[in-house]
Parts: sequence; structure tokens; C-alpha cells
Amino acid sequence: MEIDEHEIMLSVNGVSYKRRVESRLLLSDFLRHDLALAGTHVGCEHGVCGACTILLDGQPIRSCLMLAVQANAREISTIEGLANKDGSYHPLQQAMHDHHGLQCGYCTPGILMTMTAFLDENASSSEDEIREALSGNLCRCTGYQNIVDAVLIAAERMRG
Amino acid sequence: MSTRSFGEPVKRNEDRRLLTGQALFVDDIELPGMLHAAFLRSQVAHARIKNIDYSRALQRPGVVAAYAAGDLGEYWQPGPILVLPPPIEGIVFHERTQVPLAKDKVRHVGEPLVIVIAENRYIAEDALDDIDVELEPLAAVVDLEQGLSPGSALVHEDIGSNVSAWVRQTRGNYAAAAAKADLVIKRRFGYEHGISSPIETRGVVAQWDIRANQMTIWDTTQAPVFVRNGLAGMLGLNERQVRVIAPFVGGGFGPKIMMFYPEEVLLPWVSMKLNRPIKWIEDRLEHFFATTHERGQIHDAEIALASDGRILGIKDVFLHDGGAYDPYGLTVPINSQCTLLGPYVVPNYDSTFTQVFTNLPTVTPYRGAGRQHGVFVMERLLDFAAHELNIDPAEIRRRNLIPPDAFPYNNEIIYQDFEVLEYDSGNYEPLLDMALDMIGYGKFREQQATARLQGRHLGIGVACYVEGTGIGPYEGAKVQVQGNGKVSVATGIGTQGQGHFTVFAQIAADQLGVAITDVDVVTGDTDQFYWGAGTFASRGAVVAGNAVNEAARVVRKKALKLASDLFECSEDDLVIDDGKVSIVGIPEKFVKLGDLANQANPMRGAVEPGTEPGLESTQYFGPRMGATANGVHAMIIEMDPGTFDLKILKYVVVHDCGTVINPMILAGQIHGGVAQGIGNAFYEKLVFDDQGQLLNASLADYLLPTALEVPRMELAHTVTKSPLNPMGIKGAGEAGAIPGGPLFAQAIEDALDLKSRSIELLEIPLSPSRLFELTRKATQT
Repeated sequence: MEIDEHEIMLSVNGVSYKRRVESRLLLSDFLRHDLALAGTHVGCEHGVCGACTILLDGQPIRSCLMLAVQANAREISTIEGLANKDGSYHPLQQAMHDHHGLQCGYCTPGILMTMTAFLDENASSSEDEIREALSGNLCRCTGYQNIVDAVLIAAERMRG
Repeated sequence: MSTRSFGEPVKRNEDRRLLTGQALFVDDIELPGMLHAAFLRSQVAHARIKNIDYSRALQRPGVVAAYAAGDLGEYWQPGPILVLPPPIEGIVFHERTQVPLAKDKVRHVGEPLVIVIAENRYIAEDALDDIDVELEPLAAVVDLEQGLSPGSALVHEDIGSNVSAWVRQTRGNYAAAAAKADLVIKRRFGYEHGISSPIETRGVVAQWDIRANQMTIWDTTQAPVFVRNGLAGMLGLNERQVRVIAPFVGGGFGPKIMMFYPEEVLLPWVSMKLNRPIKWIEDRLEHFFATTHERGQIHDAEIALASDGRILGIKDVFLHDGGAYDPYGLTVPINSQCTLLGPYVVPNYDSTFTQVFTNLPTVTPYRGAGRQHGVFVMERLLDFAAHELNIDPAEIRRRNLIPPDAFPYNNEIIYQDFEVLEYDSGNYEPLLDMALDMIGYGKFREQQATARLQGRHLGIGVACYVEGTGIGPYEGAKVQVQGNGKVSVATGIGTQGQGHFTVFAQIAADQLGVAITDVDVVTGDTDQFYWGAGTFASRGAVVAGNAVNEAARVVRKKALKLASDLFECSEDDLVIDDGKVSIVGIPEKFVKLGDLANQANPMRGAVEPGTEPGLESTQYFGPRMGATANGVHAMIIEMDPGTFDLKILKYVVVHDCGTVINPMILAGQIHGGVAQGIGNAFYEKLVFDDQGQLLNASLADYLLPTALEVPRMELAHTVTKSPLNPMGIKGAGEAGAIPGGPLFAQAIEDALDLKSRSIELLEIPLSPSRLFELTRKATQT
């Protein structure tokens, strides 16, 4: 098979990268293995579990369902860029810590990226709305209750 | 001043790395020159292998090597038996363990045939298409009863049948008890448990370093010490030449303790052959076939009762689906057999099981590990008995609970740890009372009637269970005060999210008077701690936790002794707190723990005979037998009688696991267990066709519960200490997952008033479509 490569330029967490990639390379693999941003986790590679969720131009997407070349000229945010520059937590990270919203932590990056984007647009959501928003992310450890609590608390803190 | 943290809801030490994307999981390992493996797996469940030709794969640019069974030479060996069968009289056990690559026959879909090594995973997977395999298909053994009938195809021909094992255990004399009974109820039950499906699949990275003469293996295992010992033996290396690291592991729930998976055996061997590091990461489709399952049992069970509802005896004959191989011995069916007895007095018990080989993936423990199957049978029998005898379902349970003065309570049969099944301690009735109170049992019938008038169908369920936890053999821990005053704790077990970095820190911090954040816990690295068994059977906190406690206690004594020599005072006059040892009442007279550690490792002078350098201790803890936790779950649901859509309105857990180290982490364990119990009861079903093909091998079709299916739970705890360990703790890892099945069956029957239609729910998992079938069948007949 002819190897089909393209040069792409994109920004991840505010840093610009220029790389040559195979056209079939998944965006998740590109982030994890080419850019060594391994905080984005891969759970199913068929778009169901949500572990690989990142933000593309501010919107949550599943990086296992997108090719790296499709991210050319786009802006990406990943878990590595979520905390503040001084290392202090984003309010949702803090609430997840405070309310034991993670156990093995494997699904956590995807949940944080999904739900921080949700909170940005839905600052005063009900528990039902939060559960609906969270329902695209699978967690096998927590039973979700503490994650839901963390999102509720983070929303409250973010409203101030 | 540091406060005592044991028993407090302390926040977790490990969270920061996980919340910021900095935790190391196996797939995060990147090594120079690393190659990638992919496996060609059988697409049929049962076939004779006629020919395998991978020569075209080797032509593909980027492919480095490929190996089939014949290429492994002496290295091709069936895996070791992981758990021997227990010493039970009359036991039959045919050991047939999995092989690294199928040689003459394939015995389940997904069994590996060829390993391909390439420069990257994409190329390795491409090359699988270049391999030509000629298979002669055989009839597949899928159904347990058909598998035992004469003329069935045979998974292992040399045995002459598909019997993997046969065990009978008895207590008292069931037949005599049944003869005197007022009521005997017989039913046939089917219970299937699914797959653990952690969000991180399995993975292995192996690196042979020829210059260091050292093998390093990163593995998503729950038992790194046994993996090291086994692989060292297979590879012809000394144990000290092999280091196995289980870094952060993204959930396990049982199947990650299975060993040796073919991938674990092959990657290190290939790494030595090629002198290159190699990575394999399981994809989700592979996970459905290549990682072990837990699956089904069929029980023909009967219960004999007195007219007042007292159990006189139980007889149970069941078939257990073992899958294609039986490396894990009989742990799952023995758990079913033992846990069926639950928190009840069962004076006469006659239980026989047959473990059956099938052409399906191998069965090994998954959270609950067969306990669910037994609890379902017992709880359902009590429900039907209550109905027949016109006794309230909660009341019939109460009448049969083991009374608090009967502990330790001997069930007179053998458990999975090879010891007699003896419950160490318990006080069961208060848990039932609390659960009934919390769920609003007394008011429910009124609530149900009111709702019914509005056209809403509510139902209630209450189920009791015990959980054998914290079994031996032992674990160890090394506690060490470092020169900077921070404390290091190392233990051999692996961790998959249980909070070990925090609970072990709590234990050590209290003994040594340091902040929890100053305790650094290492788990799952065989170079950091050499000995141990692993994380399974809800034993991490019990067994390793007590080892940490013991080691920290010895370090504390050492610190006090050193300080008393330094201050020339009695140890009784010293207080250890806030990272230092000081004289009682004279806080300015102190020495830091870190300084004591440095003084105990001098550059000059002599360390006195009989003493050891440093401020450290390694201690081991092995319980005589497992500790028995118990609990009651109660649930109110609303059912749509047309669509069979189900909504959980209230879910209550009352639980007793002895002394609690960290209630926040305990609650998390319960929450997660309940979610898996809900999945098992109503959403998750492995659907195989009669050729052994799994028809729903994706997360779009095998339904893990989401935030919409798992309700908010209300938890309460009682504390009955275990006498088997100094801290009095019992395990809690599996409790949440155990009673979901009977709870759902009971509540659904109640909501839809199925009794009046003579429909009984005798199987798990249920689902809207299955309920539709069952009720339609009943209407038609």
C-alpha cells in the first residue's frame, strides 16, 4: 500500500505543532503517541465510551472517530491543558477530587473534557440535565453518583 | 498537629495525577525502538487447524516477524493452573489450561493463532489480512446440557466428555429434612453474569535489556508478583532478572488477575528474540473474546421449609459454564455453592455442581465471582416460599437470619480459600431493619396502591447476602521513613482504582504521626516489593492493609527507641506527632523523623549488633481464613407495563464490612458495585449463537449502564469487627454488585403483579425485550 502522508499544523492547548502524518492516523493516536499527550485515553475506538473526548474549537468530540489530518488548522484542548497555569485545578477537577468522582481514573479525562464544555454553556443545570450530558461517557468504577455531585458543586462554584 | 485519619473520609492522594492527565497507564509507555504486536484470532469457536501460512505477511513493509504455535518450540506450553481445586472428598477435576497460540485445534472465538510484530500497530493489523489459515470447522459446544449429552462434540477429546469438574458438598441430611418438611419448593433457575469490561482494556509492554540482562514488563495485571514468578520460570530467567510493573490500571474487576494470558507469555519471549521492546494493547473488540468472562449457571434447586417459614434444608444441582479452559480451577462455582447459604441458618444442605467445558471464552472471576448466582437462587427460593406460606418476604428472611450469638458460625463446607466456610462475626438483623426503614417498607403498600390508581406501577425488592472477603494467603508491606521525613509504603498488590494510595497512607500516617500527603504508596512494582499474591476477593485493604499497619507499628517502635536513646529518657515519655518525636510536655525538645532515619544509617561508627540500619520495617499478614461481610439492598422501581421500561426510584444499601478505613472510598466501592449489579440484572447480556459466535461484541450492543440507568443510592453502615485481623476490617469490593439480580426479579414481579398471572422470574439478566417474551408466552399458554 502506498503510504499517503500529509503535513498538518494545529494548536493543542495553545501550543502550535507542525507534523507529517499518515492520512489514516487517528487523532487519538496522534495526540497520544506523536505528541506524547497521553492524558487522552482510548477505551473503545468506536465512539461509545467517551474516554477519548477532547475539545475541537471548543466543542467536545471523540478523538478516536476523527483522523489527525481532519484536525489541520484547528484548535484542540486536552486534559493536559485543563488546570490553570499555576497548577491550580479547574473548578470541576477540584470538585471531582473533593467528591471522589474518580476511582481508576481512566475515563476521567474524557468526562472532564465533556463536562467542562457542558458547564461553560449550562451553568445552572438540574441533576437530570447533568446525567443526560454525562450519559455519553462510560465509567465502570463510580456508579456516576459522585461525578454527578461533583458537576453540581462545580456549577455552583462557577456561578460564584 | 496531625489528626488521626483512620476512619475519616480523607481525599485521595492519587487524584492529582489522574485529574491532570499525568498518570502512567500501560499504553502510555513509549520506548526507543519499540515494536507493536497484533494477533490473528480464530473467527470460529471450534475447528481443527489444517494449515497456517503467514509468509505473505512477512513481505509487507514494516513487518518484522510473525510466529505461530509451531515456531515457539519448547516455549509452547499450556499455562500453569492458577488455583488448584480445593481438597473436597470425591472431587473430579480435569485440568486443561490455555495455550499461548492454538496448535492443533481452536476452542473459542478469539483464541490467538498468530502473533505479528511490526513497526507500528497499523501495519501489524494490516498484516493480519495477509495470513492464510485453513480450518476444519467442528460442531461447537455452547449449551451446557447438550454439552453433557452423549454424542456431543468435545472441547478436549482426550477427557471423553465435557466435564471439567464435579463437586458435591453436603451438610446434615437434606433428604431426611425434606421428608419432614411442611413445604418443599423446586424451581429451575438460570443466572448469567457478563463481562467486567473495564474502560481500559488489557495491555502488555515487554522490554528485554540485553546489556542489563534484565526483563521489564508493564502489565495491566492485578497480580504482578505471580506474573513475575511465572514468566521468569518460563523464560529461563532468575526471578530477580524480571521486573513486572502494574502502573495505574484502568479498572480490573477480576479478569485482569487471570494469568497467563497468551499475550503476557508471548511478548516477553518475542522481545528476547528480537532484542526490541514490544507493545500490545487490546482493542475493545478483542476484549470481548480475548479477556475472560463470567457467564452462566443452570440450577435445579429445592428448599424444604417448616410452616413458620424456617428453612429445614436446601438441595441444589447446578451446571457451571467454564468456557474452553479451566486455569482458575473452581473458584467461581465454589463461590456460588457457598454464598448461596447467605446470612441464613440452613441446617441441611446438599449441593452438587458440574463445571462444563464449552467452546466459549474461559470463565474466571468477575466482581462477585459466582456469588451472584448463588444469592439469586437462595433469595428467589425464599420469595416463592414466602408467597406459598403467606409470610411477608422480609419477614421470612428475618426468621432465618443467623442470630448474633451463633458466631463464629460454621457452615460445615469448604470455601474457595480451602478453609471451612465459617463466618467470623456478624449481627444481621439490625441491617435488615435499617434497610426496611430506609426504603419505607412499612408504608410501601399504601404508596403502591395510590400510584396504581394513577396508572403507575411501582414494585419493591429486598435482598440479603453475605460476602466472603479478605482471604489469604498473605500480603506484605515495607514502610520506610526517608531522610526528608517522608514515609514510603510499598506493597506487592496491584491497584485498579481502589484508593490504595490513600487508605494505606492513612494507616501508616496514624502510626507515624505524619500527614497523609507525606506518605508515598507504591503498589504493583515487583522491584519495590518482592512478595505478595494480588488484588482479588476483596482482600487488598484487609490483607495488605494489616501488613502496612504492622510494618508501620514496628517503624514507630524503632523511632521511639532511637529517640529515647538520643534523649536518654524512657519511651513512655515520648510522643510521635507532626513528623517528629518529642518529649511529653517539652515540645521544643524534639527530633525529626527524617533525622532519626539518617542517624540510623551513619557514615561512621558502628550500628549496634542486633539492630538494623535505617528506619524501616517489612512485615507480613496472613489471615487464618476469610472475613465475612454482609448486607441488605432494597429498591423501589417504576415499570411501564407496555414497554417494560424500568426506572429505579429509590435504592438503599445497608452494609457491614467491619471497621471502616475511609468511608468516602468505601461508598465509592459500593456505588460502583451497585452500578455493575444493575447492569448485570437488566442491561448486560452476552448473546451467543449456537456456533459460539458472540453477536453483540461492541459497547453499542453490549449495554454498560450510563448515568441515566444508575440511580442515586442511599448508604448506611453498621460495624461488626472481624476478629481475624488486628484492625477488625472486612473487604467491601464486591458487595455492591452481588444482590442486584434477585432485587430486580422481586421488584419487577411486584410492579407488574406477575404472581397473579402465574409468571415467575427465574432468570437473570432480564431486559424489556425478555420481559415482553416471558409475559407474551404466559398469555399465549
